[in-house]
Amino acid sequence: MSTELVKPTLDSIDVSDIDFTDLEAEYAVPEDETFSQYLILDGAPIAPESKVPILTKVLTKFLSSAGGKVVDFYLPLSDDKKTQGFAFVQFSSVAEVEKAIRSLNGKKLDVKHTLYLNKLSDIEKYALSGKIPDEFVEPKLAEFQETDYLKSWLMDDAGRDQFYMQKGEMVGVFWNKKNDPAEPAVEPRSNWTQTYMKWSPKGSYLFSVHPQGVQAWGGAEFKGLKRFIHPGVKLLDFSPNEKYLVTLSPVAITLPDEDHPSRASYPFGEKSTGHQLVIWDILSGTPVKTFPLPAHLAHAKEMTWPLIKWSYDDRYFARLGPNALAVYDTEDDCQLLDRKPIKIDDIVDFEFAPAGIQLATARKQDPLTHALAYWTPETSNQTAKVALMEVPSKRVLRTINLFQVSDVKFHWQDKAEYLAVKVDRHTKSRKTFFTNLEFFKLNERDIPVEKIELKDTVINFQWETNGDRFVTLSNADLQNANKSIPKNVITFYAAEQSSASSKNASKKWIGFKSIEGKFLNTIKFSPKGRFVALATIGGSATQGSIEFYDLDFTGEKKESESTLVSSHVKLTSTYTYSGITDMEWDPSGRFLTAWSSVWRHKIENGYKIFDLAGRLLRDELIDEFQAFGWRPRPESLLSANDKKKARKNLREFSARFEEADAMEADAVLRELILARRALLEEWTQYRAKVEQNKELYGIQDEVVKKEDFEIIEELKEEIVEETEEVVEE
Amino acid sequence: MRPLLLKGHERSLTQVKYNREGDLIFTVAKDKEASIWYSFNGERVGTFNGHGGTIWSIDVDQETLLAVTGSADFSAKLWKVETGENVFTFKLNTPVRRVEFSGKNDRLLCVTDEVMGFKGTISIFKLNYNDIYTQDSTPLVSIETRENFKKVSVAAWTYNDKYIIAGHQDGVISKYDATTGEFIDSAHVHEGLVTDLQFSKDRTYFITSSKDKTSHIVDVDTLEVLKTFETDAPLNSAAITPVKEFVVLGGGQEARDVTTSSMAQGKFEARFYHKVFGDEVGRVKGHFGPLNYIAVHPKGTSYASGGEDGYVRVHEFEKSYFDFKYDVEITAEATKNSSLNDDDDQ
Repeated sequence: MSTELVKPTLDSIDVSDIDFTDLEAEYAVPEDETFSQYLILDGAPIAPESKVPILTKVLTKFLSSAGGKVVDFYLPLSDDKKTQGFAFVQFSSVAEVEKAIRSLNGKKLDVKHTLYLNKLSDIEKYALSGKIPDEFVEPKLAEFQETDYLKSWLMDDAGRDQFYMQKGEMVGVFWNKKNDPAEPAVEPRSNWTQTYMKWSPKGSYLFSVHPQGVQAWGGAEFKGLKRFIHPGVKLLDFSPNEKYLVTLSPVAITLPDEDHPSRASYPFGEKSTGHQLVIWDILSGTPVKTFPLPAHLAHAKEMTWPLIKWSYDDRYFARLGPNALAVYDTEDDCQLLDRKPIKIDDIVDFEFAPAGIQLATARKQDPLTHALAYWTPETSNQTAKVALMEVPSKRVLRTINLFQVSDVKFHWQDKAEYLAVKVDRHTKSRKTFFTNLEFFKLNERDIPVEKIELKDTVINFQWETNGDRFVTLSNADLQNANKSIPKNVITFYAAEQSSASSKNASKKWIGFKSIEGKFLNTIKFSPKGRFVALATIGGSATQGSIEFYDLDFTGEKKESESTLVSSHVKLTSTYTYSGITDMEWDPSGRFLTAWSSVWRHKIENGYKIFDLAGRLLRDELIDEFQAFGWRPRPESLLSANDKKKARKNLREFSARFEEADAMEADAVLRELILARRALLEEWTQYRAKVEQNKELYGIQDEVVKKEDFEIIEELKEEIVEETEEVVEE
Repeated sequence: MRPLLLKGHERSLTQVKYNREGDLIFTVAKDKEASIWYSFNGERVGTFNGHGGTIWSIDVDQETLLAVTGSADFSAKLWKVETGENVFTFKLNTPVRRVEFSGKNDRLLCVTDEVMGFKGTISIFKLNYNDIYTQDSTPLVSIETRENFKKVSVAAWTYNDKYIIAGHQDGVISKYDATTGEFIDSAHVHEGLVTDLQFSKDRTYFITSSKDKTSHIVDVDTLEVLKTFETDAPLNSAAITPVKEFVVLGGGQEARDVTTSSMAQGKFEARFYHKVFGDEVGRVKGHFGPLNYIAVHPKGTSYASGGEDGYVRVHEFEKSYFDFKYDVEITAEATKNSSLNDDDDQ
């Protein structure tokens, strides 16, 4: 068998019928028409031709410092053979161009020269197509729009407070009239908000939430003020002095198309695309900074809120990152302190001091210290730590080490004199839990830490407002405990009265009174201190109730009570309110409102107002009642001296108000009596008319016949005992 | 005084009635027996046995000779009260929701359900007292639910048996001529199902209750709402008290809305409102389920409530109840009396 082997040549294969388009598409070399690797450098020194090589070297080095590789560099010369201050630069990739612009734009080459970098494509986009006129036109300032006086409600003659109420679709703002029906401050509005309303922390603004964003309202008439466009917004929060607003939306920001009419008024720039968290300046209504949602929260079922925490004076704000804390300075264009986050491994939580701290080491004229506390959990070779850090110096003022820690919560006293750290700990077996309270005493030298060790778990902790006392709710953590047995313990703590000899001794807290066997789970201190309300809210087997305590009851102390402290606790009132879902003190501390919201359940919806001793003043059941919110007040402008004077002359002041109260009460009673009289008159007339018509209708009054009724009396005799006795003669 | 607790029904009560003298209480429930009790001591006199389903309604005539019951077994039965004998059965097409004797005891109305393709109907039957065993089972008049009207839930006779007032599922009340069945007027007074409709003693005005948590007093002639009582729970029944100017409302959170029904949360209380001023004057606790029906003693000395919990509670009114008066009422009476005395002097 012989076959001639013919080696096939490449030419001999017919390829005309093979479709190469897919391969061509895949390996096609795109023609670069966009010049996206190019950028234009501006602001370079102007030098004669002889200096071009050295200038090229300097600038290339400068441009490479961001990490990119300069492929080509061209310094065009003018007619008189000098450089013109600009250059064309080619990088090896688009990413490098962006990196270079991000890190080098606006940097100084030397004292005289600041370099500006722009994408070639940007220049083309903005400068060439004639979109931007060559001549500078001064931007027009929007005309100043006067708003109503935002604090007008504080000028009420009777010093009454306002609140908002939400019921069904209606929201209204009302004046508190104690036991009388609340007086509307403005006509209640329907669909004022899509979800809920919120007062700003000093009460100047009322915010409503809509699908497009949030809106501020204020002034005597509650006119619409600034709008904050943030589609899909769900949560909002404020800086403590209501300078900034923080909003969060689950919807990432997308910009409208460039030629879309809404683009011009859209508050966000390209940098904000994809972000969800926005910080706004409330006065100007413009976004200050935007953030994407941290990755670990993107799919969280329950959002931790607020995500941004503020220092007491709105100067610094911070947010938690994985293994880091990012602190920003609003007076430095909201930039990170030192341009980088503070690295803290495993940081779980932090809290700013709610006021400036007067450190013992500081001199009198020094500004008050900003500080924040944070904690890190135990790791295999480290104890848990609670640390106090000064901002912006990042100096750690004090650290404590803890072990067998399950959770830590910070409770700052509102004057920032003390920081209480509630440390929930567990035994080695993790079977029993108990709480330690660690108190940082910030005004004392070296910030001593006092520790209170408890056998119970503290479920709630609250400082007295403007005071140094606190109340805890705790229970012995028993597994499988019967839920229907009340087992919570209220404990009142106060600082030990210092005797003369131990004047310099450090402050010590004593639990001077405990009350056991309670269901209570909520503590609300009056904003003026001294009075505290505790409530049982929620819980299936329990019944809602509120208890009012006075911490300075002016009565004789019983012998069993501790004499180490001056406080004297007394339960002034208990009220059973099965529907209760929330409660709140009014800002003056004179009234407490408890309400039942339909958002939680349909039971006893409505609200009740109590006075500070727990006397029920007003009780209103309202269908579809949703929410209640007292309007906060800013700090009093009175000096300590003025207050003292007022307290001294309390009798005179109060006489005036009592008179007004009495007059008002009289007026209300009069009105009520008149109204009732009218109602009775109306009814009597109606009946008289019907009586007249009766004959016409042929109604005969029922004649009660005697024989219809028969009274049968049944006598039943029962012999209880019978004894026979022989009577002797 | 301690309330009487009538225990005898196995399921939720549907209606409770006093006879004219008030010595007997007639009760029906979702079990198949009607019961009669002495109102004085709560002792059970006897039962009517014979229905094959839930009994929705009961009524007794002026002489306490005959009683009528309406049941889900598609029938209304006449009973001889004295013996408990079933003397006649009216067969209907659908379950019977309400039955009521006319004031003169010559007629009977039955409200039937709108199911299985049958229209809801108010049927009026003539009653034969000469021979109670033979009754005419074809109705004198049948008032079918009109077009654009929702089904009738309750109905009752007005003064003089002149009209029939019906309450509808959507809160509308309507008025018909009782002899011809002709439609006269209607008014939309409630936002939900009208659950009860009871008349004043002279039958010139009536009180309605509804699932929309309100109760109204309405004039028969004008169908004008004279008074409104707002509560915080769906209402099942409302009654007007004779002697005192009060109304008694009963209801409560429906079982499906109460997840953790502690008694206070369910609002299972009888509520007393002042009929003229509309203020709530008192509440009576006791039931541990919604109150399904409230009846007041014809002499205004006690009231009986039937609950979803299967109990009937009879509460005697105490002296303080009769003594209670608003200052305005006292003043008004005083002026009236003094003017009367003035007349006497002349």
